[in-house]
Formats: sequence, C-alpha cells, structure tokens
Amino acid sequence: MVGIHLSAQVASWLVTSRNLYLAIHVLGIASFLYIVSRRLVPLVRAQCDPRFDRPVARLGRVWKYWLGQWKHPRYKFAGTLHILIFAGFILLALRAFSFLIVGVSPNFVMPGLSGEMGHVYDLATDYAATIVFLCMVIAVLRRLVFKPARYAVPARFGKSRTADAVFLLGLIAVLMVADSVYAASHAAKFAQQSQAVESLAYLSLPWVLQVAFRSMSLATLGGLIAGAYLAHEITFYFLLCYRPFGIQFHVETSLFSIYFAKLDRGTIKPVRWGVADENLDQVKSFGVKTFEDFTWKHILDFYSCADCGRCADNCPAYAVGRPLAPRFITTKARDYAFHHYPVLGKANNSKALIGTIYSEDEIWSCTTCGACEEECPLLVEYIDKIVDLRRGMIDDGNVPQSLQKPLKALESRGNPYGKMEKKRADWTKPVASQLNGNVPVLDGKNAADTLYFVDSITSYDDRMQSIGRATARILTQIGTNFGILGAAEKDSGHDVLRFGEETLFMALRDHNTEAIKESGVEKIVTADPHAFNALKHDYKNVPPVEHISQVLAREVKAGNIQFNRIDDSDKVYVYHDPCYLGRHNQVYEDPRHVLDAIPGLKRVEMQRSRDRSFCCGGGGLMLFYEPKEDQRMGVVRVKMAAEAGANVIVTACPFCMVNIEDAIKVAGMEGKMSVIDLTELADQQMIRDVCPRELETATAGG
Amino acid sequence: MARIFVYVAQKGGVVDDSAVELFAAAKKLDAAALPTVILTGWGADLDAACDSLSSSFAEVWKVANPALAYPNAELVRQALVSVVPPNSILLVPHDHFGIDLAPGLSIKLNSAFASDVLAIEGVEGNFLKLVRQEFGGQVSTHVRCDASSGAVITIRPGAFKAEASAPVSGVVVDKSSAVGALTARRRYVETIVAEAGDVDITKHSVLVSIGRGIQEKDNIGIAEELAEVLGAAVSCSRPVVDAKWMEKSRQVGSSGKTVKPKVYIACGISGAFQHLAGIKGGPFLIAINKNPKAPIFQVADVGIVDDILEFLPELTNKARELRGVAK
Amino acid sequence: MEILVCARRVPDTSENEIALNAAGNDIERDELVYSINEADNYAVEEALQIRDRVGGNVTVVTVGSEEDEEILRRELAMGANQAALLSDEAFSGSDGKGLATILKDFVKKGRYDLILTGVQADDGAAQVGGMLAAMLDYPFASLVCSITVEGGKLRVGREIEGGNHEINEIDLPCVLSIQTGINEPRYVGMRGIRQVASVPIPTLGVSELGVDTATVGEVAARVKRVDYFVPAASRGAQMLSGTREENADRVLELVAARGGLK
Repeated sequence: MVGIHLSAQVASWLVTSRNLYLAIHVLGIASFLYIVSRRLVPLVRAQCDPRFDRPVARLGRVWKYWLGQWKHPRYKFAGTLHILIFAGFILLALRAFSFLIVGVSPNFVMPGLSGEMGHVYDLATDYAATIVFLCMVIAVLRRLVFKPARYAVPARFGKSRTADAVFLLGLIAVLMVADSVYAASHAAKFAQQSQAVESLAYLSLPWVLQVAFRSMSLATLGGLIAGAYLAHEITFYFLLCYRPFGIQFHVETSLFSIYFAKLDRGTIKPVRWGVADENLDQVKSFGVKTFEDFTWKHILDFYSCADCGRCADNCPAYAVGRPLAPRFITTKARDYAFHHYPVLGKANNSKALIGTIYSEDEIWSCTTCGACEEECPLLVEYIDKIVDLRRGMIDDGNVPQSLQKPLKALESRGNPYGKMEKKRADWTKPVASQLNGNVPVLDGKNAADTLYFVDSITSYDDRMQSIGRATARILTQIGTNFGILGAAEKDSGHDVLRFGEETLFMALRDHNTEAIKESGVEKIVTADPHAFNALKHDYKNVPPVEHISQVLAREVKAGNIQFNRIDDSDKVYVYHDPCYLGRHNQVYEDPRHVLDAIPGLKRVEMQRSRDRSFCCGGGGLMLFYEPKEDQRMGVVRVKMAAEAGANVIVTACPFCMVNIEDAIKVAGMEGKMSVIDLTELADQQMIRDVCPRELETATAGG
Repeated sequence: MARIFVYVAQKGGVVDDSAVELFAAAKKLDAAALPTVILTGWGADLDAACDSLSSSFAEVWKVANPALAYPNAELVRQALVSVVPPNSILLVPHDHFGIDLAPGLSIKLNSAFASDVLAIEGVEGNFLKLVRQEFGGQVSTHVRCDASSGAVITIRPGAFKAEASAPVSGVVVDKSSAVGALTARRRYVETIVAEAGDVDITKHSVLVSIGRGIQEKDNIGIAEELAEVLGAAVSCSRPVVDAKWMEKSRQVGSSGKTVKPKVYIACGISGAFQHLAGIKGGPFLIAINKNPKAPIFQVADVGIVDDILEFLPELTNKARELRGVAK
Repeated sequence: MEILVCARRVPDTSENEIALNAAGNDIERDELVYSINEADNYAVEEALQIRDRVGGNVTVVTVGSEEDEEILRRELAMGANQAALLSDEAFSGSDGKGLATILKDFVKKGRYDLILTGVQADDGAAQVGGMLAAMLDYPFASLVCSITVEGGKLRVGREIEGGNHEINEIDLPCVLSIQTGINEPRYVGMRGIRQVASVPIPTLGVSELGVDTATVGEVAARVKRVDYFVPAASRGAQMLSGTREENADRVLELVAARGGLK
C-alpha cells in the first residue's frame, strides 16, 4: 500500500533490511538484463527484417491486439480469463513497482498516486489482485482437471508442458497472495495500533485476509509483513528471470511481436530483405536451412509463442493427421534456440533444421491457408517461415518426386500438367457460339479494357473449364469489354512461390507481367482466388484485379443482374469460403450477397465460416503432393457441410471445387451432396436479356 | 543369304517360347532357311535343353563349359564370338538377357545391330528391312540394316508367332571345344527373389491393371473397389511402382511378373511393350485410356477412350447392380 | 572414383504429344519440349551419390550439337563436376555404333573407373552402353538397379524377370546401363542452372578426339531409319463408342462371358 504512513517499528525493520532488499533488486534486475541480452544474441545473428516503417499503423495494431486483446475472445472461456489476467497485470503494474521500491525507499509514493487518486487506485488493484488470483485457480483447474485438447502434446512433438504451466500459474498466484498478505497484515497492524487506516476493497482478497489477521499479535503481523514482502520480491524477480526460459516470455515480448508484426496480408517475404530480384543470383543460399537463416522477427516469434495451441486447433493439416502443427514448428524452434544459445555457456554450432527438428513432410504439408496466423493472439507469423524452409529445401535439390514433374512442366510449358501452350485457350471453343464469336485473345490484333486471367487449372482441366465458360458468359452478359491472354498466359505462379521455387516463380511472374502490359488492359478479373491473390500481392505493376464474386456483387447491388428463382425446394446451399478469397483477402460478404440475391435459394452457414473457414486441401502444387494423412481435408469439410444441414456446397475457387468433388466421392456421399461454383450457379440462374449484349471489342472481325 | 543363328538362354534345362518365336522370325528373313540354335550351359541341364530343341531345329549347337552353367552374358559373349561364323545373322530375344548380351556381341562380331525388332518386311540383297518403334511405341519406323558383315538382331518377345510345324529330328552338334578360356570380369553372385507381396497376381484370372493414368496414389481405391466386385486383383505397370504407389509384386511386365489371366483390364496404361511382355496367354484385353492414340489400343481387344477416374466407378456401380450387391 | 555419364537430350515424352509431321518423314518437332533422357538422369543421380559416398569426380558427356548443351548444364547444376559436348559435322547421322565409337574415343582421352548410361533412350534401342563396353573391352552390366562399391570392385544388382534382382560382382573399370527407379533424383531448378551458367563446357570434335571419320556419321552407319509411320489400325481394339453407361454395360458383358465376375 502506497503512501501509508509507516509506524516507526516497521520503518526501522525495513530500514535494517534495506540492504537485503536492495541486494535482491540489484541481483534480480541484473540477472534479468543479462538473460535478455543472451536471448538477443540469435536475433543479432539472424537475417534482417525491416519492421520499423509505418509506426502509426503498427501502434494501431498494438492498441487493437495487445491492449485490446482483440483475438482473445475467439476462444470465449480462455479468452475471457486471459483478458481479465492481462487487465489485472496492467492495472497492477504500478502497484507492483511501487511495492518493490518501498523496500529501499520506505516513503516512496508513485507520482500521481498520492491522496485520493492513490486510494482509488489501491481499491481497484485490490480487486485486480483478487481477480487475477481467482483466474489462476481456474486456470490451474482447467489444466489439471478439464485438460482442453489443444494443450496436449503428442509424443512425437515433445513432452507435455502442463507441469511448467501449472508451476508458472502457481507462482503468479503466490505473487497475488503475497501482495494481499502484505496489505492485509499492514492494515491489521494499523488497526491494532489505532492508526489512521485506509480501507481495503470490500470482499477483495486483502480484505478477506485482513479479517482473518485481525486477532493476530503485532509481532506475528510484523513477521507476516516482512515475510510477505520478501516472498513477493523474490517471486517477482524469480518470475522475471524465469519467464525468458519458457512460454511466459510472451509477457515481455508480446508488445514487440505485435508492434513488429507483418502489415501486408497475402504477401510473401522476399528471399532476402534488401536484395532486389536482379541481384538474387549473388545470394549464396536461398531460404532457411539453419536457425540463423530466420529473420530476427521470426526468432522473436519463437520467443513470443504462448503455447496456447489455438493455431494447431484450427490448422487443417493437423486436423487430418499430417505431421504438421504450427504450434510445434514454433516450440521446437524455441527449444532449439534455448539449447543452442544458452543463457549460460557458449552458442553451439548451427545445424540443418530439416532432418533434425523438422521433417520434410512436416514442411511440405502446409497448404498456406492462413488459419494459424488468423487465430494467433500474438500475431506470430507462419507462412513466411514455411515458405523460407521450402526455399531452403528446393535450393538443396530436396524436392519430393511427386512435385518434380509439375515443377518441370511449369518450367517448360507454363502449366503444371505439361499440356501444350497452344491449347490453353481451347476451353473457349464451346462457348464461341453463345458469345457471338470466340472469346477474344488479346494478342495485339484484339484489345479490351479488362483482362480475364484464367490461370492453368481453369484452362486445362476438363471439369474446371466450365468455370471459365460460365465466367465468360457472365462477363459478356454484364457488358464487360474483356479478353484473355490465351497461349501467352502462363501459370500465375502463386503456389510455385509458396512452395519455395522462387526463380521459377519470378520467371512466370515476369512473363505474365509483360504479357499483361502488352495487352494494354486497365483492369483484371479472375475466377481463381489463387490468381487473384498473386496478381494483387505477388505481382507488381499490374492493373488492379478483382475476383468475379466482387464483380457479381457490385452488379447485383446496382440492379444490373437478376436471377431466376431456384425451383428445387430440396436444395439447401452452403457457401464455403476459399482461403485465398476469404481469409487472405477478406472477401466474405460479396459471394454471400450474390447467393442471397437468388430468389428461393435456401442458405445455411457452417460453424467454421469466413475467417474460420476450413481449408479444402489446398491448390496449385498441393494437388500433386502426396501427404501422409489420416483423411482428406476435403472429406472433413464435406462432412461439416452435411452437419450444417446443406446438400449443395457453393464455392468460388476451382481448387476447392476439385478437392470437394473428390471428397464427395471418397466420402461416399454422391447423391447426398453436390458442389457448384459460384460462377456456374450465377450463370445458370441469371436472367438473360432478350437481346444479349454483344461483345464490344475493337476486333478486326469478331 | 547369310547363315541365320538363333540364341536363347536356358535355365535349368528349360527353354521358353522364345526359341520358336525366333525361328519364326528367321523364316521371315529367309523362308528357305534352316536356322541353327545355339545353347550354352553345362551338364545335364544343357543336354536336356538341346534335346528338346532338336525337335524344332535342324541343327542345335551345344556349347558346354562349366563357367557357363549360369547364363552370364559376359561369358556367353566370349563363347559365341568363338563359335559363330563371320557374317552370320544372329537373332536373340529382346529381354533382360538379350539387352545384356547383344549390343556388345555385335561389336565383337563386327556386325550391324538392330534391337527390339517387331516385324521383318524382307531382304534386299544385303539389306534387311525391319520395323521398330520409338517414343514408347507411339510411332513406328522402317529401318534398313546393312548385314553385309553380319547382323545381331534382338527380337521383341511375342512379336513373331511360332508356327506349327512338323517336328524335325535335328542333330546336336557339340561346339564346346571351339571355346577357349573364359575370363570372368563379371561374376554372378546370387539372385534375390522378389518379395511375395500380399497378393499373388499370377494366380488371378481377372486383373484390373492400373498405369500412370491413375494420377495419384489415393485414386488406387477406385481400382480396388472394381477388383473387389469383379473378384479380381489389382496389378500395375512400372510407373506406378517407380512412384512407390504399389509394391513391386504387383507389377506386370518384363521386369515384373508374367501373368496369364483370362481377362486383363488395362486402365490408364499406355501399352509400352515392356508391360505387354508380362501378359501371356492371349487374355481378353480391355483397354481404357484418355488418349485415343495410346499404343495399347493396337493390341487390345476392346478399347474405350475415357477418363478412368470416371469410368471405373461407373463400372463398379454397374457391376454391383449386376451382382445385386448393396452399395 | 572417376565417373563418366553418357547422356542424351530427347523429346520429353510426358510433356509432348508425339505425332507425325505433315511430310510424314519425321515426328512433328516444332513444339516439342526436350530434356535429358529419363534413364540418363537416374544415372547422373546415381553417379553423384556414389561420388558423395566414396569421393571422386563426375563428368557428363553427350554427343550432339549446341542445343544439346542445355542438358549438360542442367546436370552440372545437379552437381556434376564437369561436362563435355562432343560435336562435329562428321558425327551427324551416326547409328548406335557410331555414337559408341565417338564416346569410346572420348573415354580414351581420360581415365574413368566407372561409365554409366541410361538403359535406353527415346528410340528404345538400349545399345550404346553395351557397345561402348565392348569397344573399350570393359565388363558390362545392363538394367542395373543397385550399386555398392566394395574396394576396387562393384556389386551390382540387375533387374531380371519376375522382379528378381540378379547380383553380380564386376571389376573396374566397367560400363553399366542404369534402369529407372534406381534412386530418387534430386531437383534441379532454374536457379541452379543460372548458378552454373558460366561454367565452361568444352566442345570436342573429330580432331580433339582423334576420331577416324570413316567409323562415324552417316557414312559408317549400318542401320538407318527410313521413315516414321503410324501403323494402319487394321488390327487393334474394337473401340466402344457409346455413352459411359453403355460402355460400362458392354464391358461387363464381355467380362462375364469370359469368366470374370465370379
């Protein structure tokens, strides 16, 4: 309690003990600073990472995610607990510091907290300490009795960390109790000495203890005061120095991990920050092969993980039994850092990460869906790390055989199927008659203001070509002046980049960028969310790009599109948010708006929807990878749709379509569940003008 | 016309069909010819083999040498060089032994070499007119072979049908003494027999066989379902084993198992000859392949151009209906 | 161990449609994608693995022209130590024996303990390895699916009928032809190739190799391809042309008639 006039006895006692407390302060602070400096060593050796720009935006995130604990309520119970604990800590911070200083400077009063302000603060913090204490009890009970599944550590990933968690929770409880005992015994002593006493907060822990202490002798109380103080100081400094050895380090690092968190959604970090594409040939080694190849922010992430398991809980790879869990990517790296950069002792030589703490399959298993990053309350990043680890494996030639063929085909033919370039526009042939001519290929003879970027799967896959045709018909119907690149289009390279083949990606990107420039278009539209994300975030200097669902929504809102009524009353539709349209680009409402504009369409929502959507299995090169898994992600998703009461899944991504169609067959649900693309449904239900608008192109003859 | 010889490897005294197939091929080169067969080996096995062939060939040359007891191409080559007269034409089967023996033999005999010949169109003076394939069987070529200083030709197994003919009483000529010391810079150690897998495809009369067209390991289930309804087993071609989607024991082909089913359903298999070489007994061959130009359609009895990933489930459903099995 | 791999650049069968050209005298080559012959790639990977186990040097060589250099560069990117292009007008039109002769003259210029080739290339002839061995008088083994180095000898497994492996001991120096599937070749990407872009690849012709021009090229070829053709489909499958359902029914009829569907 600050600002209390201390009795002479207590004062002299403390004065004589002053040296003891001072010594503990010095030791504690010095140890902490030393430990932190040792923890900074790998950060200093790590790769650079420019995170000092856009301070206003960064501070905004600190406000929202650190102070505002924005992501915590996604898990209601644990989130509430944590918010209470965090608020308690923030509130108690000044009290704790004052408390420590009082040991060496007995009359210390925190500036601004004297008098009435101080009293109010004291009452508030009495309750805060009580609440934190109760939260600790609940948290320990949760860990020991209720054991939420996401805290479990399967044997292959390491040992259980429950004991450590309970230990730390216990120590915080001790801290609160020590504080309360001190306040309570102080108040009890003053009450006995009939000195002016500022009351403790009613029914708070200190208050309750004070009632119990009322009848104790002065000597006992004196002992309690001193004992509680010492206990508090020692526990405080123990925790301070222990935290950097485990998951509680996030108490210190969370502010920084959130401040320095990645601002640009949907992008992938360059191979090396500060090295332009043209100079990449001079970089000796691509990707992350040893621990020091990570950037300092990545290593900070490893320190900042609170091991809450929310990422793994939402990770589709983990859910289907692949050897990957984002949580363990981090904790294994953290253990590596602690082991190889010990606080006491020399730093060990760095060894390759793949084959020691990570397995190849673990790293190839990620679909880059982003659910982990969306969930993490500390804004820990995962996709960049996975991509960097993949870059390292590719650099070493260590690529699964199943991926080598499509990569080779992408290199020689510009698509992963190895099909011939001249056949890339063959999908347009069946619609030529409906569109008063072929979809124009923007090859110099034809021009248009909008490019429909089709990308490889829609161009070549027999089933997905219908998405292309539906999109072409929709664009024609709404009067868009559009064309395609045809044989000049190569794969967008979106997943080539995310699988770590940087050089091949740059070749594809540069080729497409050139072709787009030459076509002279001012806008781009695509029905493929991977192409959408690539053109939006991975490509530079290309015209603005939209997904067809955004175009449709706009036209529907403007009243330019009307739909026929759905005549089958048995159909119940559910929309599956594709990762690269939804989570990565936050286009959630436009597709739903389009669906809701179709009269008679009954729509339900899955529990996991919007930013919690469950990945269908991945796209691009992931279709070729052969993962070890217990079941397919698509099957899990189809079952979720059935549980929601739907029998038609609507999606807006050709890769989702492939995975879900396959999954329906594998799950034996043919006849009970079907899937349709948003474009196909819109095309099917769209009311066509009596006189369909003709293609307005500046062609020399259709 | 040069003298025509035929060489086949024998194991354990048994000679397979290849000798009489080569006889038929020799007749295509020269209808009037009486090809001589050369056999190498040692002991009773060799004698038995020579005797059995003497009912098909007018002359059987026996080359006996203890070093030749196990057919080691390196040693056989040395032996043949001593025995085969210059400028002869020598026919060898295009199998794992012929591939090992023949090219080097042609150099030592200073003869021309043509391999994996499917058809012989005739002879024009010293030039042999042969037919081969390239690009995995996707195109055929006519080849002209200058046999003026002899030729070593490997013949595709099964390409020439043995003709029924009256047995002859051929004479066995012992040429062993013509062979000098044989230096073994390659020595046979042992044969590791392929592990018997869970299923013995050689014992099934109906096979559902999958190739590259199955596209991914996960899709193998659709073949397995079909096999189950048909009472068949699933076998495969080499690429499926190379990709480690199925065990080696399921592979049909020259480096896999030889099967003699009644019905062979080839799904997504292109029809490379190494695979077809494993199918004997002329089963009823049904081929399903997306590519209408797949070589398998040249040898199948019935062909369907379709995607196996769509067709097989359809087939399975229909089969289940036929059998009255609930899904 | 000094290892030499003889490789060839061929049209990539998986990424091409092989069809006859308009004139009917060759396949349509305009839009073909070329790469190293698959079996040769396995051979290079095997050579690299042997070198990494026992030490030494891997050289990759090909007979061809400038456009064939790209496969040499790719194998250098994969890890080969050096490469050479054997090119000369006099070499064109060589048959298998001619190619083997050129390679033999190259081998004689160096000292190699082990020479590897892929078991066969796009023409399916499977001949160059065996011919080269005979010309050099080295022992030979084909269809090799496993190699173990034991002192000055090798233990090789050959793939024979029934999927069995025939284990042989072979003296060095020797020639081996390598079967696909022997290993899992490592990945080589564009970056790897860029990194070796400036490694010199010597081109050797008739004079550098000391080749007797009467033994190579068209003049020496005793086996010549006359044309390409697609055989008339007189024999061949009876193609079913119904709907998928109809085809399935028909197939089941045929299968049942022959004792299937028990």
